Amino acid sequence: MTQLPTSTEKKLGLVIDLDTCVGCHACVISCKGWNTNEYGAPLSDMDAYGGDPSGTFLNRVHTFEAKQEGCASQTIHFPKSCLHCEDAPCVPVCPTGASYKREEDGIVLVNEDKCMGCGLCAWACPYGARELDEMAGVMKKCTLCVDRIYNENLPEEDRIPSCVRTCPAGARHFGDFADPESNVSKLVAERGGMDLMPEQGTKPVNKYLPPRPKADVNGTQAPALEAQSEEITGFLGWLDRTLEKI
Amino acid sequence: MHPAPSVIIFSTISGLGFGLMLFLGLGLPDVSGWVAATFATVALGLATIGLLASTFHLGNPKNAIYAFSQWQTSWLSREGIMAVLTLAVFFIYAALWAFMDNRIPMLGYLASAMAMVTVFTTSMIYAQLKTVPRWNTAVTPLLFLLYASAGGALLSNQMTVALVLLGLIIAFQAMAWLQGDTALERSGSSIESATGLGDLGKVRLLEKPHSGENYLLKEMVYVVGRKHAAKLRVLALVLVALLPALLILLTDVNHVIVAIIMLSHIIGLFAQRWLFFAQAEHVVGLYYDAR
Repeated sequence: MTQLPTSTEKKLGLVIDLDTCVGCHACVISCKGWNTNEYGAPLSDMDAYGGDPSGTFLNRVHTFEAKQEGCASQTIHFPKSCLHCEDAPCVPVCPTGASYKREEDGIVLVNEDKCMGCGLCAWACPYGARELDEMAGVMKKCTLCVDRIYNENLPEEDRIPSCVRTCPAGARHFGDFADPESNVSKLVAERGGMDLMPEQGTKPVNKYLPPRPKADVNGTQAPALEAQSEEITGFLGWLDRTLEKI
Repeated sequence: MHPAPSVIIFSTISGLGFGLMLFLGLGLPDVSGWVAATFATVALGLATIGLLASTFHLGNPKNAIYAFSQWQTSWLSREGIMAVLTLAVFFIYAALWAFMDNRIPMLGYLASAMAMVTVFTTSMIYAQLKTVPRWNTAVTPLLFLLYASAGGALLSNQMTVALVLLGLIIAFQAMAWLQGDTALERSGSSIESATGLGDLGKVRLLEKPHSGENYLLKEMVYVVGRKHAAKLRVLALVLVALLPALLILLTDVNHVIVAIIMLSHIIGLFAQRWLFFAQAEHVVGLYYDAR
């Protein structure tokens, strides 16, 4: 049903460390691979080898630059997927009951057997976390790899979302935010984990860790060199003067 | 937002149909028999064509039947239910009126009220979206109701009422455009709030996450043709309201004039609705440094 649960037993989600992410897009590819083979309709590509390729992805990595006047700029790689919001605006707008938020763990999912592909949930999401698959005509979104995290057929170390398992930099962490002692809750407390677009009132579960302060951003640019004196002495000076005369 | 032709046709044409039902439900114009049947058929036809058009933008229409289930939370579901119920109530009222010569005023008032509630539910699909600050205002439902009832007044030949409604359209539409132009800034969302990186300085997109287009950009970061927006706004108001109002005031309104008025009004309505979508900026555009 499209009524949001008043609270969920667990709050499963991701912590994304913007200080550590190197922007390799491995999480994007691993997500596409897993979710094309498993949960629901595959993530299709249109015109994949043509002039105008496009496709469905549940996770995309943007790269931003932040710059203060007079300082060197910083580059921040920024992976973005569903934030499994506590007040998920995508769920109540759904007319068919296809979108729902699970009471047991807070994961926001789409039941593709009910989705009519109207796209209103994607309109309601401020983060661009939902994409309508052009081939299947149903809404696709991050499932937090619900088919991995409880899957006892997988070795225990694989029972985490595909993007987290893949990240070579260790920039992605998975856990329960309802438990203050969990790895993700501790990370958020230590590093000042933040919400994206808090003004939208969505109460995202996923948190982002801001880049650590640089040692001295202002001092990273080398001071300008002293202007060389006009008078050049010694052999080079003689050569310079002689060549001038010729 | 992408101005899908199916959605533009749906919201304008069905609005006209429900607007006509508003007046027919009130017993205006005072006709009977085949004339009443013709008016009722036009109203039902417009509303139905509009509703059918809305199914053309569905990715998976076979599941559309479930859209009647989530009325507790979803404005889109409420709209579907209200539209079907209104069509049914109006059909019974009109059939009794035209074929049995038995117009039941109370049933008519009910149909009128339901027609307006249906238009309101349509408008709330857009007005509820915090993600599109330009739409997220009480002026959105007000304008949808004004456009529907003005069109209904013109179709049912209630020209005095139409004049008042067209005047209100000019005033509130101009206000909506002026307020809408600063709505995104006033919403408090920016590329800095979207990324949380504002503390590090001015943020810009250095590299897109993908080289080509994607669903998000096509659907929600539609910027094609916006440069003509100012001209289109003038054209829309002239065609939808000003020209029809002048023709009502200055001419002896006969069938030819009414046809010209309706043509002008409908073309203006399409322009207005195109602008409604094409100029609406979704906050997801901030992640693409676009709006």
